[in-house]
Amino acid sequence: MREEIIIAGSGGQGILFAGELLAQAAMNIGKEVSFFPSYGAEIRGGSANCTVVISDKEIGSPVVFNPSSIIILNNFSLNCFLPRLKKGGLLVINSSLVNTEINRQDIEIVRIPASEIAEKKVGNLKTTNLVILGKYLGKKRIIPMENMLKSIKTVLNGEKELISLNSEALQYGYEYPLVVNSVNPDN
Amino acid sequence: MKKIFSRPESLKETQHLYCPGCGHGIIHRIIAEVADELNIREKTIGIAPVGCAVFAYDYWNFDVTEAAHGRPPAVATGIKRVLPNRIVFTYQGDGDLAAIGTAEIIHAANRGEKITVIFVNNAAYGMTGGQMAPTTLIGQKTLTTPFGRNAERDGYPLKICELLSSLEGVVFLERTGVNSPENVLKTKKAIKKAFQNQIGNSGFSLVEVLSQCPVIWRMGPVESCKWIEKVMVKTFPLGVFKDTNRHE
Amino acid sequence: MKRTQRAKRTKRTKPAQRILMKGNVAICEGAITAGCQAYYGYPITPQNEIPAYLAKRMVELGRVFLQAESELAAINMVFGSAVAGARAMTSSSSPGISLKQEGISYLAGCELPAVIVNVQRGGPGLGNISGSQGDYFQATRGGGHGDYKNIVLTPYSVQEMYDLTILAFDLADKYRNPVIVLADGVLGQMLEPVTPSTISHQPIAISKDWALDGCKGREPRKIRSLLMAEGALEEHNWKLNEKYSKIKKNEVRYETYNLMDAEIVLVAFGIAARVGKGAMNIARGKGYKVGLIRPITLWPFPEKIISDTAERLHSITQSLNHLTTFLVVEMNLGQMLEDVKLAVSGKVPVEFYGRPGGGLVTQEEILEKIKQISK
Repeated sequence: MREEIIIAGSGGQGILFAGELLAQAAMNIGKEVSFFPSYGAEIRGGSANCTVVISDKEIGSPVVFNPSSIIILNNFSLNCFLPRLKKGGLLVINSSLVNTEINRQDIEIVRIPASEIAEKKVGNLKTTNLVILGKYLGKKRIIPMENMLKSIKTVLNGEKELISLNSEALQYGYEYPLVVNSVNPDN
Repeated sequence: MKKIFSRPESLKETQHLYCPGCGHGIIHRIIAEVADELNIREKTIGIAPVGCAVFAYDYWNFDVTEAAHGRPPAVATGIKRVLPNRIVFTYQGDGDLAAIGTAEIIHAANRGEKITVIFVNNAAYGMTGGQMAPTTLIGQKTLTTPFGRNAERDGYPLKICELLSSLEGVVFLERTGVNSPENVLKTKKAIKKAFQNQIGNSGFSLVEVLSQCPVIWRMGPVESCKWIEKVMVKTFPLGVFKDTNRHE
Repeated sequence: MKRTQRAKRTKRTKPAQRILMKGNVAICEGAITAGCQAYYGYPITPQNEIPAYLAKRMVELGRVFLQAESELAAINMVFGSAVAGARAMTSSSSPGISLKQEGISYLAGCELPAVIVNVQRGGPGLGNISGSQGDYFQATRGGGHGDYKNIVLTPYSVQEMYDLTILAFDLADKYRNPVIVLADGVLGQMLEPVTPSTISHQPIAISKDWALDGCKGREPRKIRSLLMAEGALEEHNWKLNEKYSKIKKNEVRYETYNLMDAEIVLVAFGIAARVGKGAMNIARGKGYKVGLIRPITLWPFPEKIISDTAERLHSITQSLNHLTTFLVVEMNLGQMLEDVKLAVSGKVPVEFYGRPGGGLVTQEEILEKIKQISK
C-alpha cells in the first residue's frame, strides 16, 4: 500500500495540523510515514499545504509531485494542485468554498460542504480541516476511526475541549454521505 | 631583610614584548596583583584580545584563551555560563571592544553577564601600526587620519563608559588612567572592585583604562603621560560612571 | 538447534516506541541525548524550531540556552564553552553559517570540539528558505580562512538527524575538531517516525586535559591559534594534517544500495539521496540496472568505494561493452560532483543532474535523466 496525499488551503485553516494528525495515526498502525509542510514567511493568510506519504515500505521522497489524493480547502489551492493529481486519483473538495469548475474527467471527486458542517453542526468553523479529513478517511478507509481518535489525543496532548471538538468534526466528515462523481457534473 | 616588593604569583617571569613606555605592562601587573590579593589565580580564566595584548596568555600565570577580534565578551559568556563559579575576564583594546566588537560588548553588558572587562583605551590601533581607533580624538593624527580626525568624515570618539551606563545589566563602570602613580593606584582600586563584583556575583563590571602609547603617538613616555592628563581626559573624563553595588 | 532458536527468541526485545518527530526537533533530541551542555543560536528560517525547542528543554534540564545577539556571537559563545570543556552546539541556516565561518576557523585552529548544525536554504545572498545543498563546498573545504577541515555529517532522514547529531558530539570530542551536521530545509521541516536511543548515552570518556577551568593544582594552560615563532605555525598545520589523515582513515561513512549489478550508479547525499533512492527503485522496476552510493560523511569523503566502483564499471564496459556511468544528483549546480570526479579519475563517465536555488529534485526528473543516459 502506498498513498500520497497533499492537503492544501490557506494559512490558518489547520492544513498542517490535519496532515500531522494523519501521519501520526498512520505511524501508530505501523505504517512508514513522512509529513512535509510548506513553510513560508507568513503565519496566516498565505497559502499552506502539506504532503503526507503513507506506505508499507520505506519512503523515498517525502515531497511528491504527482500525489494519489488531494484534499482542497480553497479555490487557489485547487488551481495549484488539480493539474498535479495522478490519473485515477482522488480529489476531496470543500464545496462550501471551492466553486471553480473542475475540468478533469480522469479522477474521482468527492465534495463535502466542510465549512458549513464545521460551522453549523460542529459549531466551530475552525474544524473545517477535520471535517474534510474525516470525509477523506471515510472514502479511503486506510486508517480505522479509533486510531484517528487516539492520534487526536496524542497530538493535542491533554487539551480536552479541543480533543472532543476535533473528534466530533472528524466523525461528522467520516459519516457524511458519500457522493462520488467520477465525471464532472458541471459539464 | 624584609621583602617589600616582588613579582606577583599571577605574573609569569618572562620578558614583555611591549614598547618602552607602554601602559599595558602596568595594567597586566595590576590584574596580577589583584588576582593574588583576592586569591583567585587558580579559578581565573582570562581572554586575550587581538591587538597589542594578543600575547597576554604568555604573561599571566593563570588560564588564558585567545578570542577572535572583538569577540572576547561572547567567548567570556560561553565560559562563564558553563563554569559559573570561575572568575572570567576579558582584556580588550579600543579597536577590539569599541569598533569590531561593539555588538558583543553591548549585549554582554546588557545581559548583565557576570564577567569583568578591562578596556584599554589608547586612542589608536597599536599592533597594526597606528591607525584611527574608534576612540581617536578629534584632530588626532594617525596613519588613516593623516590630517587629523575629522568629525565630518570620521565621526566622533566613542565614549564606552557613557554609552554603557544606560544599560540595566551593568553594575560598575569606571574610567581611570595609568599615566601617574596616583592614577595607577586608582586603577588598581577600580579593577579590584570589578573583580570583587564578580566574586559577589553581582553583574557586569567594566574598567576603562586610559593608557599611554608613546610609539604610535610619536611622543616620549613622559610626554605621553602628560598628554593623557592634559588632552585625553577632556574627551574621556575620569571617574565612576555607574556603581550600583548590587552585591552588598 | 532448538536451544539456539529459543535463545534468539528471548533476545528479541520489544521494539522501542516510534515517535513522530520534526527533523529540527530530532537534532535537538540528539543533542540532549549526547549530553550537550550549552546551546547558542540566533533565529533564521528554516531552523527556528531548534532554538525554540531548546529554549524550553535545555532550561528544564538545567543546561545552558542563550539566544545570542548575532551568529558571530553565538559561534564565539560555543568557542567559550568548548574552551571550558563543555559539549556545545550552535545551529543556523546558510547565511548565518557564513557569518560563523570566522569562529569555525578559530575552533579548528585552536583544536576545540564543537557541533555546528546547518539546515541549508537556497543561496547565494539571502536566497530563499527552501531546502538546498548549496553549502557543500563551504562545509567540506573548511569554509573559513586557513588550511583546515571540518568533519561533515549529512543526514538523509529524521532518524539520522537524531543519530548523526549524537555522533557529531562524539567525533568532535574524539578529534578535538568542529563537526558540521549538514542538513537542509526539507529535512528540518519534515516529520517522520524516530526510534530514540534506548541506551542512556554517556559522552565518551575523554579526559579534556587541555580545557581551561582554572589552574588549581596544575600549571596554567593557554588556548590559542596565533603561532608567530619561526616555523611554529607550519608545524601546527602538519600536526593538524596528521589528525585529518587519521580521521580520513577511521571515519568514512556511507551506504550503498544495489551496487552488485549496477551499471548506472547514482551518488547523492542528504535529501537528494532520499529522492534518488526512490528514483532508483522505480528505475529498477523498469529494468534499469541502477545502484546508489550515499555518502554519510562528506568530509572525509568516501573516495575509495567510488573509485572501486569506477574500476568495476570500467571492467563491465570493457568485457560486456555495456554503457556504464555515474550519475551525481545534488540540489546545487555540481559541488560534490567535483569530489566524485576526482575519485572516478576518468575511468568512466560522470553525469550530473542538479537544481540550484532551493529547487527540489524529483524522482521523475532523475528517472528521466536515467532514461536519457541509457539511450
